[in-house]
Amino acid sequence: MEPILIFPDPPPPELAQALDLSGYPWKAASDELAASRIEPENGWGGAIICAYLDPERAFALCRALRKRDVPLEPLLLLVSGTQLGDLELRDDLYDDFCLAPFHPRELEARLKHLYWNTGAGVRPELVEYGELVLNLETYQAAIGGAPLDLTYMEYELLKFLSSNPGKVFTRETLLSRVWGYEYYGGARTVDVHIRRLRAKLGEHHANLIQTVRSVGYRFGQSRWGS
Amino acid sequence: MERQQDYVLRTVEERGVRLIRLWFTDVLGQLKSVAISPAELENAFEEGLHFDGSVIDGFSRVQESDVLAKPDPNTFEILPWGKGSEISGRMFCDILNHDDTPFEGDPRQVLKRNLDKAHDRGFSFMTAPEMEFFYFAEGDPSKPLVPLDSGSYFDLTTADVASDLRTRTLLVLEAMGIPVEYSFHEDAPSQHEIDLRYTDALTMADNIMTFRLIVKEIAMEQGVFASFMPKPLAGVQGSGMHTHMSLFEGDENAFHEPGDPVGLSKVARGFIAGLLHHAPEITAVTNQLVNSYKRLVSGYEAPVYITWARNNQSSLVRVPVTKRGKQSSTRIEYRAPDPACNPYLAYSVMLAAGLKGIEGGYELPPEAAANVFELTPEQRAAEGIRPLPQSLSESLDVMENSELVAEALGEHIFEWFLRNKRAEWTDYKAQVTQFELDRYLPAW
Repeated sequence: MEPILIFPDPPPPELAQALDLSGYPWKAASDELAASRIEPENGWGGAIICAYLDPERAFALCRALRKRDVPLEPLLLLVSGTQLGDLELRDDLYDDFCLAPFHPRELEARLKHLYWNTGAGVRPELVEYGELVLNLETYQAAIGGAPLDLTYMEYELLKFLSSNPGKVFTRETLLSRVWGYEYYGGARTVDVHIRRLRAKLGEHHANLIQTVRSVGYRFGQSRWGS
Repeated sequence: MERQQDYVLRTVEERGVRLIRLWFTDVLGQLKSVAISPAELENAFEEGLHFDGSVIDGFSRVQESDVLAKPDPNTFEILPWGKGSEISGRMFCDILNHDDTPFEGDPRQVLKRNLDKAHDRGFSFMTAPEMEFFYFAEGDPSKPLVPLDSGSYFDLTTADVASDLRTRTLLVLEAMGIPVEYSFHEDAPSQHEIDLRYTDALTMADNIMTFRLIVKEIAMEQGVFASFMPKPLAGVQGSGMHTHMSLFEGDENAFHEPGDPVGLSKVARGFIAGLLHHAPEITAVTNQLVNSYKRLVSGYEAPVYITWARNNQSSLVRVPVTKRGKQSSTRIEYRAPDPACNPYLAYSVMLAAGLKGIEGGYELPPEAAANVFELTPEQRAAEGIRPLPQSLSESLDVMENSELVAEALGEHIFEWFLRNKRAEWTDYKAQVTQFELDRYLPAW
């Protein structure tokens, strides 16, 4: 599916993580101009606007997105409990809202429902790369048809990497996007999990995850063919 | 948490897992297991599994009986052995009181508490143990032990019948997400060593518990007995669990100092000094059996004296030489522990001793130059070189007065451990051994 537009830029980390974990691609923008500059060729897959951070600019962005020739939908608004009054007379600006701080499960459920309603596209259920297949619905991974027995964190790490093939991620990025909290191992946890993943992928496929010297890790081939 | 639980529930369903083994460890380091069916799993996540703590050593006294085992979904793994259709999985558990507070007698949470303390100071504690063990034809204590081969260090010959066994063990370990650094035949007949790749200390302690089970399971499949007893055969090397340790601050190895001649930072020096200073106090925990002290004798590359050195197989703390440009691998090796320890408790006291050295700004004594064994007792005394405790009894005496160990283990385990181990010593002391008969009967 096409990425979801997120406001503001950078987005709150808990939002970025919730979307990453549930497999929704996204890009962040801080206003209408930035949003149209980075807009995907086929348009945005939807929008999530955090109105509790900068209400004025948030609602301005909502209005701009809805005033387009083809109004952007679905649009999910994140508001704080004290802002509920602000929703009055703004029903046209959003399709659904969610109270912040939000529970990741609620966010996921609302998005799922919105997409079902609008039929605008559903979240991807399969991630495929070469012989690797991840079924996001059942949490199962297989390579060359053989199931991989992964722990939860190994699965999440593989999902994140294989959903973003060719991109290089630093350990810190992986730690904050996949773990989202400080584990006992700190940034070194990432190395340890990569090693375990490679061991489980087996000799033939271990090189799917490449170490990029003094930077971090990359899944699959580089986009630039190096 | 919910998401992790969901992952486990779904995987159990998708993979047709028939049995889930809930694992936890008693104070003495024995793995305990309760098997539940998939239908009971959701409830185990939500409410935990009640069990009577008094039936398990160290877990609560009779009057406080009931505790809860709560599975940690992050540790869910499919067990890569067993018969085709009988797929089973395992999870480690935390043991809780009924008000959901951590149960004081749970070693896994003792380690978590100590890691949290390190974490508060910005440190992550990484460990990598070298696991040594023996293969014997049988595990019947009433018969003489029969080693499987007479191979020696790094042997790879047909005499090494155990090498198939080791290869299969390595495959199972990797499938369980426990990567191996090296594996080779050790010095003594039928003795083997498998070195595990470093990870955070909690995961490693879990891994050691899994490792001991896997080695024994795979051996048993082939009708062989594997033993982690520290000194099963007199006259040859015993089995140790030398542990490599480092502290990381974020992505940086806090033990490394580029400008230092030895490559060690102030943090590393403090950590070593702490270990050396408190070594006698923590020895009862790292070497908890009467038999452990039969390994800690001179002549078999086991540490006897409290020293550190860069490359000296007799020192208690060794600082391995790291390849240039591999700063992240700067580490120290503590050589006292044996594989019959409780890894959660051993890593707790080792970390506590090291941190104490950093905090207290302990001074690192000079590196031991010569082979300490060759010095006379007077020379050793002059250089301030102390020995490790010589017996379990001596270790317990030192431990009893240690505030460091009491704090690291918590009062509950501290007291129970002392009581249990004193009883073990008393039983041992009442024995008349073959040594005594051989030596004294003809003469007296």
